[in-house]
Amino acid sequence: MKINVKNFNVNLDDKHILNNINLDIKRNSIHAIIGPSGCGKSTFIKSINRMNDLVKNFKASGKILLDGKNIYDDDIDVVSLRKRVGMVFQKANPFAKSIFDNVAYGLRIAGCEDSDYIKTTVLDSLASVGLLDGVEDKLYESALKLSGGQQQRLCIARAIAINPEVILMDEPCSALDPLSTLKVEELINGLKEDYTIVLVTHNMQQAKRVSDYTSFFLDGELIESGKTGDIFSNPKCDKTENYIEGRFG
Amino acid sequence: MDLVKKIFFTLSGIITVAILLVIVSYILINGLPFIDFEFIFSNPVDSGRSGGIFPMIISSLYLLVLTALIAVPIGVGSAIYMTQYCKSNAFVNFIRFCSQILSAIPSIIYGLFGFTFLIMFLKLDWSLFAASVVLAIMSVPTIFQVSEISINSVPGELVEASLGLGANKSQTITSVILPSAISGIFTGIILALTRAISEAAAVMYVVGSTFTVPLSIFDAGRPLPLHLYILASEGVSLDNAYATASILIIMVLIITVFSNYCLNRYQNKIEGL
Repeated sequence: MKINVKNFNVNLDDKHILNNINLDIKRNSIHAIIGPSGCGKSTFIKSINRMNDLVKNFKASGKILLDGKNIYDDDIDVVSLRKRVGMVFQKANPFAKSIFDNVAYGLRIAGCEDSDYIKTTVLDSLASVGLLDGVEDKLYESALKLSGGQQQRLCIARAIAINPEVILMDEPCSALDPLSTLKVEELINGLKEDYTIVLVTHNMQQAKRVSDYTSFFLDGELIESGKTGDIFSNPKCDKTENYIEGRFG
Repeated sequence: MDLVKKIFFTLSGIITVAILLVIVSYILINGLPFIDFEFIFSNPVDSGRSGGIFPMIISSLYLLVLTALIAVPIGVGSAIYMTQYCKSNAFVNFIRFCSQILSAIPSIIYGLFGFTFLIMFLKLDWSLFAASVVLAIMSVPTIFQVSEISINSVPGELVEASLGLGANKSQTITSVILPSAISGIFTGIILALTRAISEAAAVMYVVGSTFTVPLSIFDAGRPLPLHLYILASEGVSLDNAYATASILIIMVLIITVFSNYCLNRYQNKIEGL
C-alpha cells in the first residue's frame, strides 16, 4: 500500500467535513473518488498533500500514512511532501510563462541549475503527456496560448517533471471537451506504471473507464470502497447503487 | 432609454478627453514657443525672468529617483506583508483604513509635517533628501493600495499550483505572485511617482530654494513645480511659467510612455508572447 488513511477527520469552522475516513490506496494504481458535489471528495484529496493547510480554520485529525509515515506529524516538511505528492487541479492553471518555463518551474524552485538536465526533463515530461509533437517549435511561447485540453496536459507534465510518487487529480477533465477528456484519460492510464494516482471525479463513466479502485463518498463519509468493477457491477450498499444508477447526485 | 444612456456615456467620455486635451494643449501652446535648447540646458537668470531651468529639471529628476527608492520598497513590501504574511484581518483592515486616510490628506499638510518634523525636530537641512522623504510618505499609500489590489487579484489557482509543485511561500511570491501582479503594481508606482514630481506644496517648506544645479541629495534644490509656482505667483515671468509647465508635462509623459514600454517588454519576455 502506498497510502493508508486512518480515522481521518476534517473540521472547517464548526462543520464536520470528513468523518472518520479509513482507506488504503495501492501503489501504482488509479484510485477514483466519486460522490456528489459537497461530499468532501476534494477536501479529501487536498488533505493528501496538505493543500488544505492554506484554508483558514482547517483542522484535521487522524492519520494519513505515506509509505508508513504520517504526513500530519509535526516533523513533516510540507514543502518536500508536496514534491512527493503532486497535484493536478480542476481548472488548468498554467503560469503566465512560456511552455518551457511552466514545466521547468518545479525543477528550478527545487534548486536545479543543470540546464541540460532541465531541458531533457522538460522534453521528456511533455513527451509523456503527448504534448511534445504539438508544441516542440513553440516551447518558448506563452502557455496561455494553448487550448484548454493542452493546458491541462501541460499541467500534468508540470506535475510529473518533478518526479513525484503520487499524483492527485481533482476532476482534471471537468472543464474539457469530450475529445480532450479522452486524451487526458488515456494519459492517466499510461501514468500508473510510474505513479500512484488518486482521481476525484463526478463523472462515473470516467471512474469506470480509467480506475482500478473506486471509493464512494457521501456527506463526508466513505460509504464503500473496492475494485472498480465490483463497485459498479455489484455495489454492496444501497446508497452506492442509487448513486451510480443516477438516482441522485 | 437606451439611447439616452448611450448619449450620456458617450458625452462623459468625450468631456473627459476634451478636458485633458484642452488643458495640455493650452499649456503647450503658451509654453512651447519659449522652449529652446538654452532654456533646457542653462541656469535661470534674474530669478527666472530669463535664462533656463536646467537646475530645476535636475532637482526634479533627483526627487523622482530618490522618492522611488524610498517609497517603492516600503509600499510594495507592505502590500506583500499584508496580503501574504499578516494573519490578522483586523490589522489589515486597520492599515488599509489608515492608508486611505493618508492618501486623502492635502499635500500642503505633508509639507508642513515635513517642515516641523524633518527640519525643525530632526534638524535636517533643507534638501532634496528631506523633500523626497516627504514625497515618499505621500506616495506610499497609493503604491500600497494599488499593489494590494493587484496582488489580491492574482488567481488563487496559480498560488495553489506553485505550492503544489513544492514551492515555498517566498518562492511563490517571487516567481508567481509578483510577476502576475507586476503590471498593476507598476501602474500604481507610476501614478504615485508622477504625482510626487508634480508636487509644489508638499516640498516647498523642505527643499529650500536655489538657482544652482544640486550636486548631491543633501543640497537644496528647486524642483519644476515649485519653480513654476514661484514664477507665476510672484509675477516673475508668466511665459517662463508656461514653458516650465510644458517641460513638466513632457517629462511626465516621457516617464509614463517609457515605463509602459519597459513593462510590456518585460511581460512579453516572461510570458513568451
